[in-house]
Amino acid sequence: MVSEKRLNIGVLNVQGAVSEHAEFVRSLGDNVVLVKHPEDLDQIDGLIIPGGESTTIGKLMDKYQLSETVREKANKGFPLFGTCAGLILLADEIEGNEKAHLQLMNITVNRNSFGRQRESFETLLAVNGVAEDFPAVFIRAPHIVEFAADVNVLSEYEGRVVAAQQGNLLVTAFHPELTEDMRIHRHFRQIVDNYKKAQQ
Amino acid sequence: MRLQCNNEYTMQIREDGSRVAITGTERVKRGMAQMQKNGVIMDVINAEQAKVAEAAGAVAVMALERVPSDIRAAGGVARMADPTIIEEVMKSVSVPVMAKCRIGHIAEARILEALGVDYIDESEVLTPADDRYHVNKREFTVPFVCGARNLGEALRRIAEGASMIRTKGEPGTGNIVEAVKHMREVQAQIRKVASMSEDELIAEAKNIGAPIELLLQIHKDGKLPVVNFAAGGVATPADAALMMELGADGIFVGSGIFKSESPEKFARAIVDATMNYKDYDLLAKLSHGLGTPMRGIELSTLNDNERMAERGW
Repeated sequence: MVSEKRLNIGVLNVQGAVSEHAEFVRSLGDNVVLVKHPEDLDQIDGLIIPGGESTTIGKLMDKYQLSETVREKANKGFPLFGTCAGLILLADEIEGNEKAHLQLMNITVNRNSFGRQRESFETLLAVNGVAEDFPAVFIRAPHIVEFAADVNVLSEYEGRVVAAQQGNLLVTAFHPELTEDMRIHRHFRQIVDNYKKAQQ
Repeated sequence: MRLQCNNEYTMQIREDGSRVAITGTERVKRGMAQMQKNGVIMDVINAEQAKVAEAAGAVAVMALERVPSDIRAAGGVARMADPTIIEEVMKSVSVPVMAKCRIGHIAEARILEALGVDYIDESEVLTPADDRYHVNKREFTVPFVCGARNLGEALRRIAEGASMIRTKGEPGTGNIVEAVKHMREVQAQIRKVASMSEDELIAEAKNIGAPIELLLQIHKDGKLPVVNFAAGGVATPADAALMMELGADGIFVGSGIFKSESPEKFARAIVDATMNYKDYDLLAKLSHGLGTPMRGIELSTLNDNERMAERGW
């Protein structure tokens, strides 16, 4: 399924499920750039922020001066896709006293809102415009508590928002990269492709 | 409603459109470990240490009553920690909390699961409760990590349901040599299996005492089906970088942090070194002025009965 025009898609390479996302990007026929330094961001058309520990990833993004550059680019429309920890990193606000990280998407999140690891689960979810039966793997997952009017809710589970899009920012509370289902990644690829075309 | 995975249920949508959710699946348990990749998991004995670990960027903490070097020093029977300590740690941090049960101690494992720990380490650091059988980890909703010295041992643990593997190393020694030996052994055996023919694989399954199904999977994928961390002897940022270089997916540090002269500095430097193990200029910078690492033990001074890695099979 190699597309006519390859995109350059970055995967934030700090900590977590980096190789899983990278494999999906390759399978969709695009080039993967593992992003660790601000200059790596110059080579890519969109960035995936994988699942992992949000506190750890957030701290190291600051330390490696990635946060500022990612924020600047995203403010100009650069596409980002965050899964689980990635969702938390993009949020404007985190419930409780915790400091928010990139503050790019107008959402408030609740961390570990489905409980501890023994409560982690998988289920089939409807994701608007993507799938009726997406295998969603929730691992100590967050959910979106509040969101701005222009945030498009893509999926809910038991009344909690678990996938959303605002402009070119896409987030899921679950982990598509732990399945074999690439439909959400393909959806992100489309966002990146549109963005790249608009830039030219 | 959530169902516990017992292999009878598959993901499905009910006739009324509602969705069946399943806990404790292989994917959910292994996935939790995948989220820890490139990270450092630190042993802690109270809330204060747990906060130091979290602030330094640990991806999880292991709640213990004593770190391995103190378990060594104390002697006697080492058991599961007092739940008071585990709960204190769980309340103090937002990163996942792991805890250890004795090899084969089903009841300790069930207690830890009931407490809500995020991962159980069925660990040779504690005194084994069963000299023949490990816990049947498939029956649990909570995932397990187990130690292994070679591929056969790793695959036996995975067959029992372990969702994550780590080298055994030699815990509490601050000496990396055994962890290196175990990591190299596993990696070399994986390479060998990847290049074998099918008839050779069946003989290899017998030789190393591993299920043929798992060997066939490794033959196909060229890697273990679960995440493999390094543990048992990491004391410096360079040790962590060495283990990553040898193919570890991440690092456990036991005594290495809180038995060093300045735990905060060691913790931060080991996290940085793990994530940037190929950036040698950075490693050089990180290794400056850390103070004295944990003291460490030369392995030839240990008696055979003091070697924790020999526990389990």
